Amino acid sequence: MAAGVHIKDHWSEQRLFDQRALVAAACMVLLTLGLLARLFLLQVVRHDYYAELSQGNRVRTEPIPAARGLIFDRNGEEIAGDTPAYQLELVPEEVPNLPQTLKSLVDLGLIRSEDLEELLRTIRSRRSFDSVPVRLRMSDEDVATFAVRRFEFPGLDIKTRQTRWYPGGALAVHALGYVGAISEQDLQHIDRNAYAGTTLIGKLGLESAYETQLHGTNGFREILVNAQGRSVERQGAFVPNLRTKAPAAGEDVLLSIDLKVQRVAEQALAGHRGAVVALDPNSGDVIAFVSLPGFDPNMFGRGITSSEYAALQNDIDRPLFNRAMRGTYPPGSTVKPVLALAGLTYHVVDPDQRHYCAGSFHLPGSSRIFREYHNEKHGYVDLDDAIARSCDVYFYGLASTLGVDRIAAFMAPFGFGKLTGIDISGEKPGLLPTRAWKAKAFARPADQVWFPGETVNLGIGQGYLTVTPLQLAHYATILATRGKIWRPRLVAALRDPLTGQIHHMAPVSEGEVTGISAADWQRVVHGMIGVTTRGTAAAIGAHAPYTFAGKTGTAQVFTVAQNERYNAKAIDERLRDHSWFIAFAPADQPRIAVAVLQENGGAGASAAAPIARKVLDAYLLGPDGKVTPPQPPPFSVPLKLPVPAPAPAPASRSATAAAGRPQSATGAG
Amino acid sequence: MIYEEVTQGSRTRRTLTGAARVLFALKLDGPLIGGLALIAVFGLIVLYSASGQNVGTIIRTIGRLALGTVAMLVLAQVNPNFLRRTSPWLFAVGIFLLLIVYAMGHIGKGAQRWLDLGIIRFQPSELMKLAVPMTCAWFLHERPLPPSWTSLLILAALIFLPVGLVAIQPDLGTAALIAVAGALVIVMAGLSVRFMAALMGLAAAGAWFGWSFMHDYQRKRVLTFLDPQTDPLGAGYHIIQSQIAIGSGGVFGKGWMNGSQAQLDFLPERSTDFIFAVIGEEFGLLGQGLLLMLYLFVVGRALYLSTQTQDTFARLLAGSLALTFFVYVFINAGMVSGLLPVVGVPLPLVSYGGTSMVTLLAGFGILMALYSHRKLVSS
Repeated sequence: MAAGVHIKDHWSEQRLFDQRALVAAACMVLLTLGLLARLFLLQVVRHDYYAELSQGNRVRTEPIPAARGLIFDRNGEEIAGDTPAYQLELVPEEVPNLPQTLKSLVDLGLIRSEDLEELLRTIRSRRSFDSVPVRLRMSDEDVATFAVRRFEFPGLDIKTRQTRWYPGGALAVHALGYVGAISEQDLQHIDRNAYAGTTLIGKLGLESAYETQLHGTNGFREILVNAQGRSVERQGAFVPNLRTKAPAAGEDVLLSIDLKVQRVAEQALAGHRGAVVALDPNSGDVIAFVSLPGFDPNMFGRGITSSEYAALQNDIDRPLFNRAMRGTYPPGSTVKPVLALAGLTYHVVDPDQRHYCAGSFHLPGSSRIFREYHNEKHGYVDLDDAIARSCDVYFYGLASTLGVDRIAAFMAPFGFGKLTGIDISGEKPGLLPTRAWKAKAFARPADQVWFPGETVNLGIGQGYLTVTPLQLAHYATILATRGKIWRPRLVAALRDPLTGQIHHMAPVSEGEVTGISAADWQRVVHGMIGVTTRGTAAAIGAHAPYTFAGKTGTAQVFTVAQNERYNAKAIDERLRDHSWFIAFAPADQPRIAVAVLQENGGAGASAAAPIARKVLDAYLLGPDGKVTPPQPPPFSVPLKLPVPAPAPAPASRSATAAAGRPQSATGAG
Repeated sequence: MIYEEVTQGSRTRRTLTGAARVLFALKLDGPLIGGLALIAVFGLIVLYSASGQNVGTIIRTIGRLALGTVAMLVLAQVNPNFLRRTSPWLFAVGIFLLLIVYAMGHIGKGAQRWLDLGIIRFQPSELMKLAVPMTCAWFLHERPLPPSWTSLLILAALIFLPVGLVAIQPDLGTAALIAVAGALVIVMAGLSVRFMAALMGLAAAGAWFGWSFMHDYQRKRVLTFLDPQTDPLGAGYHIIQSQIAIGSGGVFGKGWMNGSQAQLDFLPERSTDFIFAVIGEEFGLLGQGLLLMLYLFVVGRALYLSTQTQDTFARLLAGSLALTFFVYVFINAGMVSGLLPVVGVPLPLVSYGGTSMVTLLAGFGILMALYSHRKLVSS
């Protein structure tokens, strides 16, 4: 220490300090100016930018889902409606730890662990600020369970949403389809912005085919939110100006289906596998569209679990399979009327000439025996008898004479081998075999040749020829109208939910089958009337207050060996013949045409024909058992549909209840 | 006649003269008290809005202001010579308490800043904010200035010991403020400009070195300071939201209790460290500018008072206290407006939270004691 040299000089120290204080003061002023410059940059230069960010922070646009259109049958009965339900929804970006949160929900019993993976995939595929439903249709207990723990689950909330409700359960489900949660796949072909706020989408059937019309246009509402994303009423003393756009509800879909007939058909076929399709031959309107077994579409709207879905898929009776338009079966003897027309038109058969039926048929120079069903012997039959009593031997010969080329060319206009064009997707075309088809379909050159025996089989609707029940019903309408072709359709009209105005959809004509003389039509129809009066289905046609034309069919599933007899009891139930029946009535002024298929039902007359009779009765007869006068086309007279009311102003608090439609009086699920 | 004129002066004038007499008797400085009072009142108004109109918060803050005012009044009466003599003892007690805190933290396995005295919880690091500059000024009081190299080494040790103990709590913000308070004493004592430049060079090297010793959360603060957008929902959230609040306020602000950033919880720590952003949002550039001017006035007045003291201890301590107050303001305002990294430094006399408010007012008490007792020393 050099204390001895330095002596404290108070005056110079004071000067030094004063100097430093002055410099410090200058520094402080400069630094403060620097701060002010920074504040000026933020508050003046970049003010607009930050003002916008601040606005974006506090105002969130929340979609208001449009109410989904309702679906009614031709009598105005509701088939698909909307009902309010509680559901648990999650906004991904507000959930701090998604897997942990979902696990806690599993522990609370609100979601099933088996659904976790699918749920996680769905959540990840949605935008982070979209509300994703994780649990639909909550019971009051579930709501209570969650409500007391809500604070543990940021980003999750219980919302009231309109959910699809099918009051009839499985009724007409294969025509209706169903709605379900929007999946990853659905997102690929919809406009995400248009579906913001929508939770359910049509998956199949009408719900899918008319999705655009049913969905409507979602609205939106701007809400004030705090940093946690929760909606708040106001901010301090200031209430900002928030915009709202009301949603426009989806259009109501009005079906040509008559639920009374549909119910009768489903009850008649109940307990069996099969299909019933009833069409109006004068317009193509679908009166009944049955495929059994069915399933309850409400399962999907509620959120089907993987095990429930697996059960449906693995069911041996295949309830998810739409037999009416996707099941292809050999038509059996139901093709005989069109073959008879072919024979008459090509003049290869004299309708009055009687052929002897000894119960079996040989091709010249072949040892193969083509048997009569049940080895029956019809004796001498003319064309009329051959149709009425379904003589196979007669048609073996007729087909053989016609040849496959003429048969295929003649049958094609009747809709065989092509789609009917019904207004729901997924239909199968069946198969109308030709030489060209066979040359392409088989790999081995030996198989690519058309054999004469295959033409013989075609004569009784066996072999390669397959059809769907819808195709056969369509074919029945062409027979009924003596050649007029109408495209089958389920939807007769759409209704604006606000004005109640009904937009009719004109039936689509696909032309006419030409080249067949009126006399030939009359001969074949007479033969078909014979089926129900004195032929194979005489027992079914008995005491009908109207005349009706029909044709039975029995399609082989199991090929009986040449020297064996077919014994229904001895063989497995699922190898028994399929039972077919087509019909139209009244025979002279047809108002309905129907095709009935009962899988493994045995002979057409015993299983399918009684069902067809019940369907015809249900449509044609009044409560007094007498034939009702012809009805006007559906929705041409005013019906008692739910009265439309003006769209209610969106409520300020219940941010998610669907607006834009009056509530229909359906019970909560 | 002359006597008559004075006593018959206007009522206002008489009141002012009376107030000046009272202040003088209490060893207080009128302009300084006025400036501090204005800041405190403005702070209460802002805090009422920032706390979401919480009356309890306001009452507690008034209580703390009262406690700080009492501390200020008491300390203003203390003889500076007594203060000087007790400085090293205060320092020793502070170090001892910091060691206890360190030991307790070691046992409790976690950050430890508090000593629970039953009635109140006490932060020894707050004590050190005053004890360190006092001890530095005490050390330099008898020594010739500018300080010698030996003195500088001893001073460095005196500063480093408490700073290190606070830093390992870990409370980097307070440690830095203690270091600043000590360093300012040395700077005001006449530390050579060249030496300061050399130190800055060293600091740059030290920053690089310190980086390797930082906790992850501390590194993250530095990184997000450099680019807040990298982590908008995490560490950068504070800075981004606070800039939105200030920027959206504009020149005149959105109005009292109308700041959406603050009222809707977007702004974190809005009644404590980030209250300056609330002022920016609700009172705009004008409000923030006004507050900064008040601070500048207070610091300027305090600096002026320090030049009027008459011994080395008083000058250095008063100068350090005045400048430290400005450092608080600058660091907080700089951090909230995005000029400086986010460190836990409150806005003096405005931010909600106890101990620092009392410490600050106590510091001003000491400053006024150093100034107002000068006549006694000289005569």
